[in-house]
Amino acid sequence: MARYQYQPFDYVPPPELSDGKGRRHPVAIVGAGPVGLALAIDLALHDTPCVVLDDNNVVSVGSRAICWSKRTLEIFDRLGVGERMVAKGVTWKVGRLYHRDREVYSFDLLPEAGHKNPAFINLQQYYVEQYLVERAREFPRLIDLRFRNKVVAVAQDAAGVRAEVETPDGRYRVEADYLIACDGANSPIRRMMNVAFHSRIFEEQFLITDIEMKADFPSERWFWFDPSFHNGQSALLHKQPDDIYRIDLQLPADADPEHEKKPENVIPRIKAVVGDRPFEIDWTSLYRFQCGRIDRFVHDRIIFAGDSAHVVSPFGARGGNGGIQDADNLAWKLAAVLAGKAPPALLETYNEERVHGADENILNSSRSTNFMTPKTAFEQALRDEVLSLVGDHPFARRLVNSGRLSLPCSLAGFALQSDDDPELAGATAPGDACADAPVRDEAGRSGWLLDRLGTDFVLLTFGAAMPRQDLRQIVIAQAPVAGAATLIDTGGLAAQRYGAVEGAAYLIRPDQHVAARFARPTPGRISAALARACGRRG
Amino acid sequence: MSRLTTDWNLGTAGDDIYAALVEAHRGLSEEEARRLDARLILLLANHVGDAETIREAIAQARRGLGK
Repeated sequence: MARYQYQPFDYVPPPELSDGKGRRHPVAIVGAGPVGLALAIDLALHDTPCVVLDDNNVVSVGSRAICWSKRTLEIFDRLGVGERMVAKGVTWKVGRLYHRDREVYSFDLLPEAGHKNPAFINLQQYYVEQYLVERAREFPRLIDLRFRNKVVAVAQDAAGVRAEVETPDGRYRVEADYLIACDGANSPIRRMMNVAFHSRIFEEQFLITDIEMKADFPSERWFWFDPSFHNGQSALLHKQPDDIYRIDLQLPADADPEHEKKPENVIPRIKAVVGDRPFEIDWTSLYRFQCGRIDRFVHDRIIFAGDSAHVVSPFGARGGNGGIQDADNLAWKLAAVLAGKAPPALLETYNEERVHGADENILNSSRSTNFMTPKTAFEQALRDEVLSLVGDHPFARRLVNSGRLSLPCSLAGFALQSDDDPELAGATAPGDACADAPVRDEAGRSGWLLDRLGTDFVLLTFGAAMPRQDLRQIVIAQAPVAGAATLIDTGGLAAQRYGAVEGAAYLIRPDQHVAARFARPTPGRISAALARACGRRG
Repeated sequence: MSRLTTDWNLGTAGDDIYAALVEAHRGLSEEEARRLDARLILLLANHVGDAETIREAIAQARRGLGK
C-alpha cells in the first residue's frame, strides 16, 4: 500500500483582491483542520454561509489525531462523512493492558450490539481532513474555502469582526459577524488577542512514531506498563489503515529531544516493540504533554473551538473528539443567532457547555497521565500496587488507568436543558447525547435512529403522535401511527435505551443531545422546553 | 467463606478516590505520609468493623509482598 499522497489544495486569489470590493461574511472560520471544517459543514447544513481561512494548503502532515470516537462518528454521519470514515478506518473496541509482559486486564468499550457506529475507529488525521474538505466542497454556495490565506491581525467591536488576511497576492480585509478561531494549540488568534492559556505541563516526554509495517496484529489498543522491552516506562501500540501502526513510548523527563528523534535512536526502540519485522518510519514526533484551557471560549464576536481553546494529553483520545463536539455544539447556535431565531445570549451556552466538556476531558487525561508518570514516592507505590493487585483482585483492574476513552459529556443542569421528569428514570436523560438503536421505517427499510434525527430540533415520541407546527416529529412505535412519521422499534431497543414509557416525549436538540423529556407531555410543557432550549427563557 | 470484597465496589468514583489519595499525600514528608496512611487504615478499619474481614485484608496485602 502506497503511503498517503499529499495533494496540495489550490490557492485561488480572493475576490476582494481582484475587484477591490469588501465583503461581509456571517461567519469567518480561521483554520481548516477537523474542527474548522466540521463547523463549516455543519453551518452549511443550517444554510449559514461561511468563509474558511487557512494559512496552509495541505492536510495534516503526519497522522496526529488518529482515534475517533463513536460520538464523533455520529456527528460525522450527521455531516455526511461518517460512513466514508468508518469504511476507511480501522474499527476497534477492545483495549488490552499489560504489566511487565503479562496481560492484566482487557476492556470492551462497546459490549452490546444494535449501534450503527463502532466504539472507535483509527484513521489518520490527514484522511479525516481530506474527507471533510471534499465534503465541504459539495457546498460551493455556502462554504468559501480559502487556502494560503493567513490571518495576521484581528479586531472587533459591537458591529462585527475585522481580520487582516495575507495571501501570496497581498493583503485584504475580511469582515464578519462572528470569527471562530479553530487555529490549533498554538492559536495565532489567541496570541493576537492576548488571551491567557492556563495549562499544566507534564515533564515526561513521549516519542510518537508511525511506522509502515506488514503485521497481523489485531485491531486492538495495546498498552504496557513497564514492559521488559522498554524498561520502567509505558508503551502504546495502535493499528491504523494502510499498514500504519502508531507507537507511543514514554521517555524520561531529561531525554534530549534532538537525540531521541534521530532514526538511529528511534529504530532500536521500535524493534523492541514489534520484533524483527521489516518496517519503515513514516512520521516521528516528540511531545511534552499539556493539559489546560483558556478561561472563556466566547470573547464577544470571537469564539474559540478545538485545540485553540483547550488541550489535553492524548491518552483517552479526548483532543480531536472534544474539538468535534465543540463544533457540533456551536454550529446550530451560531446559525440560530444569525437567522434571528435565537438571542445572541444563546452563544453563552456554548461557553458554559463546552468549558464543562473541556474540564471533564482535562481531568480525565491529566489523571491518566499521572497514572503513567507517578510524581511522588507514594504515587509510585500506589500505582505499582494497583498493578500488583490486578492478578488476584478484580477490583484493582478498574483502577488501572491507561486512558479513559472519550465519551460525550452530559449537559444536564445547564441553562438550555429542562429538569428531568421524575416519572422517567435513568437511560437517556436531559443533557445526554442521544442513544442509537436499530429501527425500520414505514416502507420496511432497516436503518438507525440517529440517522433519522436530522439537524434541527425534533420531537421524539413513543407510541403516540403529538403533531406540532413548529417542530418536526418522529414517533417510535411497534406499528405505524397514523398522521406522523413512524419508526418501528424493531428490537425494542429504542424504548429501552431512552428509558421511555408509552406516550413519553423527548425534545432533541440539533446536536442530538436531549433537551427535555416528559412521561406525560403537554403542548405547553413542550413549548416551554423548546423556548428554553433556544435560549429564549424568561 | 471469604468476607473481603475483591470485586469492584467503588461505583463510578474509582478515579476520584485514587486522585484523592494522591492529593492527600501532596507535600507531606515521608514521616508524615506514613502517619497519614496509619490514620487512614485505622479509620477505614473501624468503619469496616469486622475483625475477620480486616485480618483477611491484612493477609492478602502481605501476600503481595512475598511474606
